[in-house]
Formats: sequence, C-alpha cells, structure tokens
Amino acid sequence: MHYHSETLIRELSAKAQSFRIQVLQMVYNAQTGHLGGAFSVAEILTALLFHHLRLDPSRPDWPERDRLLFSKGHACAMLYTAMAHRGFFPVEELRTFRQLDSRLQGHPDRVKLPGVEICAGPLGHGVAIGVGMALALKMGQPKPSAATAPSARASRARVYVVLGDGEINAGVVWEGAMTAAKYRLGNLKAILDYNGVQQTGAVADVMPMEPVAAKWESFGWHVQEIDGHNMGEILNALDRADEVHARPSIIIAHTTKGKGVSFMEYDNRWHGMPPNKEQYEQAMAELEEGLRAWQSWS
Amino acid sequence: MAELVLMRKAYGEALVQLGHDNPDVVVLSADVSNSDFSYMFQEAFPDRFFNVGIAEQCLVDVAVGLAYSGKIPFANTFAFLLATRALEMIRTHCCYGEANVKLMAAYGGISDSFDGPTHHAITDIAIMRSLPNMTVVVPSDTVAVAKLLPQVAAWQGAVYFRLNRNEVPVLFDHTYEPTIGKAVDVRPGRDVTLLGTGLMLSRCLEAAELLANEGIDARVVEIHTIKPLDAETIARCARETGALVTAEEHNIIGGLGAAVAEVVSDVYPVPVKRVGIPDRFTETGPYAALLDRYGMAVTNIVKAAREAVAIKR
Repeated sequence: MHYHSETLIRELSAKAQSFRIQVLQMVYNAQTGHLGGAFSVAEILTALLFHHLRLDPSRPDWPERDRLLFSKGHACAMLYTAMAHRGFFPVEELRTFRQLDSRLQGHPDRVKLPGVEICAGPLGHGVAIGVGMALALKMGQPKPSAATAPSARASRARVYVVLGDGEINAGVVWEGAMTAAKYRLGNLKAILDYNGVQQTGAVADVMPMEPVAAKWESFGWHVQEIDGHNMGEILNALDRADEVHARPSIIIAHTTKGKGVSFMEYDNRWHGMPPNKEQYEQAMAELEEGLRAWQSWS
Repeated sequence: MAELVLMRKAYGEALVQLGHDNPDVVVLSADVSNSDFSYMFQEAFPDRFFNVGIAEQCLVDVAVGLAYSGKIPFANTFAFLLATRALEMIRTHCCYGEANVKLMAAYGGISDSFDGPTHHAITDIAIMRSLPNMTVVVPSDTVAVAKLLPQVAAWQGAVYFRLNRNEVPVLFDHTYEPTIGKAVDVRPGRDVTLLGTGLMLSRCLEAAELLANEGIDARVVEIHTIKPLDAETIARCARETGALVTAEEHNIIGGLGAAVAEVVSDVYPVPVKRVGIPDRFTETGPYAALLDRYGMAVTNIVKAAREAVAIKR
C-alpha cells in the first residue's frame, strides 16, 4: 500500500469533476452521446490514467504499458476527455466527438485512435479480451532467434478492464471470468462501475445481478467493494489489487449514474440522451459548483 | 482413384510444424481438440495451448487479446460455431478492430455428416466473406492444408480457414504452390470453366472427365481463396471459355457461386451456374451420399456445365 496525500486526492478529484464539465460540453455540442455512465466512471478513469497506470502517452504502443480496456464503450466521452488531458491527443480534438472525419467515434475505435486498446460498445468483451492480453503478457515475447518460446520473459505490465454493471448481464463476461481464474491471471484487474442503472431501468429490475460480490468470489476472483466516487478508496483498492498475484481481481465500485447533476442522478433516461439548452445550463452550474468545492477544499 | 487422407490429421501436423517454425503461434480450443486435431499442437507445445471450455465467444475474444499483444493465435472450433455463435466477436474485433486472429473452422460444410444439420456449416462462407477485413481460405486437399497454413500465419489480418473433417482425395503433389488470393489452374479446357472450392474441386475433376466423354472440354480451376477473390483469373476464364460453373459445399446463397457471379456481372457477363445446397437444411447420413442427395453430386456439376454451355453466346 502506498500513502496517498490529501493533496493528491484533492487534485485528482477536482480533475475528475472538471472532466464531467468537458463531457457535458461535448455531448451538448454534439447533441448525441451518453452522459450518465460517463459521469459515474469519472473518478475511476482519472485514478487509472493520472495515477495508477504505467503508461506513456507519446508511446501508446509501448510493449510494457499497462493496458486499459474500456469495456463500457458507450461512456467513451469520459475516456476521450481523460485521454486528451493525459496527453494522448490534443484537447481541441474533443470538439470533433461523433462528427465526420473524427478519430473520436461514437464508440471507441482502436485503429483510429492510438491509446484505445479495444473497440467497445457491444458490451461484454473486455474481460475475455483482457484474458488474452494477460496470457500474452505472462508468456512474454520470445527472443527473435528462439525456436521455441520458453526463453521469453514475462512482462510486468498489467491489464485493467473497466466494466459497466448492465454489461455483466452478458454471458461472455462470465466465460472470461472463469478463464481468468483457470489460468490464475494475477495480472488481470477489473473495475466494475456499479452505478445501478442501465438503459431501460434499474439493474435490480432489468436483470437482478445480486449478489454481485459473491458471484465474482465464487468465480475465483479477489473482490473488493468501495465507494467509486471516493478517490482515496479507489487509489487504495488499486494498490491492494496489485498485491493479488495468483488470481484475477475485481474492484466493485459503487457509483451514481449521472453523478454530479441532481436531475440526472439515478435516472435511466440520462443513459443516452443529450441535454437541451436549459438542462445544459443547469447541469453546468451544478458541475461548476462541485468543481469550486474541490478547488477551495483545504 | 486418388489416395484418401484425413484432412484434420494433416491440419494437426501442419499446426505442429508452424509451432516449431514460429514461436509467436499460439493455439486456442473450445474443448473439441480431439475432434479438430489441434490436440497435436497441445502435446507438442502445452504452454502455448489454451482450452477455454465450451465457450466459443470467449474463445474468439481471448484470441483477440493475444493477437493485440503480438501473438498469432489460431482459434479452433467447429465452423458453424465460429460463423454463427461467435460472429459478433469476429466482426467487432477481428474485422473492425483488425485483430490478427486465425479462425480455424473445423468440420466445414456438411463434412460432419452423421452429426446432422446442427453441426453442418452451410452459411459460413456467405457470412464471413461479407465482413470487411476478412480473408476466407478453403483448402481442397491435405497438400493444400500444409502449403496454405504457413501463409495464413504470415498473412496480416483475420483469416477464416475452412477445413474438412474427413478423408479427402489427394489432388496435388509437392509441385503445387498456392498463394493466398490466387486461383490455381488444375486442368485446361476451352468450352466451360468449373470453379471448385474445398472437396468439391475433386468432384469438378470427375465431372470434367465425364464431360470430355460427351465432347465438352471443361477447364477446372481451384478457388482456395474466396476472399479476396482472384477476379482477374475468373474474368479470364469467362472471356476464354464463355461459361462458368461453381461448385461448393455450401448453401447456394452467398458463397463461391455468388462471389463469382458478382465478378462476372461486373466485368464480363457470361452464364454462371451454381452447384451447392439448394437453400435448405440437409440431414444426417454418410458424407458422400449426403453430398449427392443435396445438390453436390458429380452429375449436378455435369448437368450445370451442359446447361451453361448450351446458353452461352
């Protein structure tokens, strides 16, 4: 476990809140996009991209980078915003979100946008693709001259999969979860953005998934449960997951869909709806107030 | 009569050879490795073999992750499961996401004849060739398997490699040098061209013999790559022989016949007769008898050739 200073926690929290503001602008300007699940995952992505992951934005294909598999692809406005501010591409490019000729496709496109590890949008793929990456990293790259593989050295890089809660309705998530446990993939970590709401209603109504933690435990995973908007808890949980070596690990992050905007919170209608002018102005006022609170915190 | 050799065994041997030649090759299975003979690779390279259980969507996604990490994964299961159950994984990641995954489609066509229509793959070529960034290869015999598999490994991008379950006639010898994307002239002829893929190539050769007896000089061409299709060779055959017959172990809709018709209607319209399954599910039974009953008999090719010749300009 590392010590995380209050200053670090405050800075990262303020950053996450500022990304909500940017995402609101993107979706309002484009008049298309997904706000609810982007707002719920803000702190998780900020913690990963700005603190925990070993990466180099100038070398998105660096073999030793940690992999971030953003499996809940519909919330990509937040991914793009965090990536841009981390230096993967110019922040000005965020204006092109969901427009013609943009690298910022409606759902992430790994071919168009370096730094995006997987195409996502159709839900459920992240864990199983992460299994493949984690297996490859464990095997390492064989030396060019070697006729057989064993001379390879395992990579230290880790694979992080960010999942939605509606997403875990999909069977292939659990196929991947079983495979990860079978191969004891300690280098595979998942973070579940458990905001409790999916497209047409509450997760508990659409497809009851509880007990979620017990499900993952019974599939052989190390499980932690945290407040997914509490930066200190996120950073601690990521550190703790690093201490798990012989099995995959998941952090169940309890979050709020639409976090930060009173009339969007817990409301499935804000899964994929852009705001009108009046809604935008009210949402912006609330988000800016939240940001000021972090900036004046002492 | 040509010698008969078990194609899946030839595949297992070719896979092991590939494992020796290229340390990046890894093999995945959805728990049918003793059916498709990928178990031979498992025995030779246990650390490079992964069995994900009976979970074909997971099979493809795990292969995608390996491919994105620099490995060359060969994902093995039955053709119908790849083309139908795991299709979204293939479309989204292998094609759109450009994952360099090799899809080893065992038990292609109706070659798993006794297991019945649930286990037959009669729509897979149509499905796979409609996907951007997909390459579709169908070897005709065991020599073709051995010669084409290393090219599949070296090919940049996803490949659907359709294999036959059974003993198939050996048509080629060591002089056979196929190249992915290039058709192969197998027998010269002037009156009509028989374009065969997979096992149906051997039936095209038999048909050509019968046609010769009635004075029709049939050319035979092997189409081992259905996508990218060798449009140049097909157009040349259309110009030089004026009539084409396609033969495939597949539904008549969307497969080789459709692909050939698309080319000639664009560049040099001539009659195209399609031999295949007449848009229906088949049944359980002996392989050869099933082929004969469901539109893929040698006599079907002969009849199609006669008709094509009769209506050509």
